[in-house]
Amino acid sequence: MSAVLAELRTGNAPFDVERVRADFPILSRQVHGRPLVYLDSAASAQKPRQVIEAESRVYESEYANVHRGVHYLSQVATEKFEATRTRIAAFINAPDENEVVFTRGASEAINLVAFSYVAHFLKEGDEILISELEHHSNIVPWQLAAQRCGAVIRAIPICDDGQIDMAAYAELLGPRTRLVAITGQSNALGIVPPLERIIPMAHDAGARVLVDGCQAITHRPVDVQAMGCDFFVFSGHKIYGPTGVGALWGRAELLEAMPPWQGGGEMIARVGIEKSTYKGIPHRFEAGTPAIAQVIALKDALDYVDALGLDAIADHEAMLLDHALRRLSEMDGVTIVGTNPAKASIVSFLLDGIHPHDIGTIVDREGVAVRVGHHCAQPVMARYDIAATVRASFGLYNTLAEVDALIASLEKTREIFA
Amino acid sequence: MDDLRDLYQEVILDHGKNPRNFRHPEDANRHAEGDNPLCGDRLTVYLKMGHNGLVEDVAFEGRGCAISMASASMMTEIVAGKTEQEARALFRRFHDFVTGREEIGEADNDDLEKLIVLAGVKQFPMRVKCATLAWHTMTAAMDGQDAVTTE
Ligand SMILES: Cc1ncc(COP(=O)(O)O)c(C=O)c1O
Repeated sequence: MSAVLAELRTGNAPFDVERVRADFPILSRQVHGRPLVYLDSAASAQKPRQVIEAESRVYESEYANVHRGVHYLSQVATEKFEATRTRIAAFINAPDENEVVFTRGASEAINLVAFSYVAHFLKEGDEILISELEHHSNIVPWQLAAQRCGAVIRAIPICDDGQIDMAAYAELLGPRTRLVAITGQSNALGIVPPLERIIPMAHDAGARVLVDGCQAITHRPVDVQAMGCDFFVFSGHKIYGPTGVGALWGRAELLEAMPPWQGGGEMIARVGIEKSTYKGIPHRFEAGTPAIAQVIALKDALDYVDALGLDAIADHEAMLLDHALRRLSEMDGVTIVGTNPAKASIVSFLLDGIHPHDIGTIVDREGVAVRVGHHCAQPVMARYDIAATVRASFGLYNTLAEVDALIASLEKTREIFA
Repeated sequence: MDDLRDLYQEVILDHGKNPRNFRHPEDANRHAEGDNPLCGDRLTVYLKMGHNGLVEDVAFEGRGCAISMASASMMTEIVAGKTEQEARALFRRFHDFVTGREEIGEADNDDLEKLIVLAGVKQFPMRVKCATLAWHTMTAAMDGQDAVTTE
């Protein structure tokens, strides 16, 4: 355990970003001869040493396939693997760890629900409600499932300020609405929809709710029971964990009724040539050898975040966002896309007369990594009739000085285009 | 910084801000849409092809970064009045040039020389697609395809 974590666990140390940064080896590298200013954590977060070391520790001393051997290492690996399941359940306050299904990430988790739940239980004319804010991963799987079962997809519009149009939502909810699939936070704009109102309204209409927690889980504590959703998905790599692993949480009674969606080893009870029987949840949904080392190291990522405390992280990121919004608003010709105040850690913006792609290339030469483009959220772009934005996203390791570096690099962009 | 100045030369910024032949000709008889899925940019290239295989008019509409707009704008200036064969050959040379396979030099004709201002793209491999989008789209229109992407 690093000194900072030990101290944070025992005392009430203030959020010491410099000591946090020391845990992230990549942050000390240079890009184009400049210190790296990594403002793209919404796409994927960098990893602390604790996670990197955990993954190599698995391969060095704990590795074997899981759930299949009687030998010692297989047992160790299986225990560690299952310990992450328990850890995730605690992290999101799931009532039962068997409700946590490992997937490759949020996209695969949504596809699982699309195929095992929607395509199976929805009928022709049933409706799936999504929103205009969604990431493509929370749109396309529903389209594929809808094609199979004849369901119809509708989208809740967003207001000019990027927030969900709640009046339109109330109108769209109806007796045919079977599922509401909504983001906990927009990756394109940073807007946080009012799930505390959205979820009960869906339930009153008799619909189930899936929350895409990819962004939300990294910025504030998640409690699936308090939230009241029926499914929750996230990806490990956005919460400072490894790639290739994520999870679906679903209510046990729903998961138990859902058929498997992929077949293979690991998920079966007994296999015959014509027919097989399946394991119970969660293993029924986990065909094949999983990303063992990555699953195990995900626990270290969650431990890391928990030790710092999501509330402290949220405060730190709110300070960065405030500073960024203030500095950007002081520049001429900056348009913030998505101005609703319910927003965290992400700012999407445009500079008058300069295309985001050009901005991305120029600031990169200053060492500043931002995302430019549609952010896998083309319906959001269509809503504002733009092709792209510049997006700066902040993580627990970013600093006010890095926000200033972004602003300076934007000034430089201006000079080049002057 | 020098790389950036090479990429964003005056000529490019000028074409980017004031693209030439940015219009939809009424009498166009071919067109295609080009998509750059990476950045969501999209443009449409319009051609008026004569019976003799001559590109009588070429224009475009759409939005994109300075590089894709400038490249499209310069393309329309260079390709107008050429034969289809010549236009395709120019693109082949230009493509080889921005991907670093071949140089353009003194021995080449004026048309190719004009495109040397886009040489800065070579240092920015992610931006080659921007520089070639309009050209791919023009070729697609000549081939009778409606749409093309840079993927
Ligand atoms: C809001 C949101 N949903 C879904 C995803 C998809 O996550 P993954 O690509 O890890 O499956 C992302 C990642 O970009 C996201 O930001």
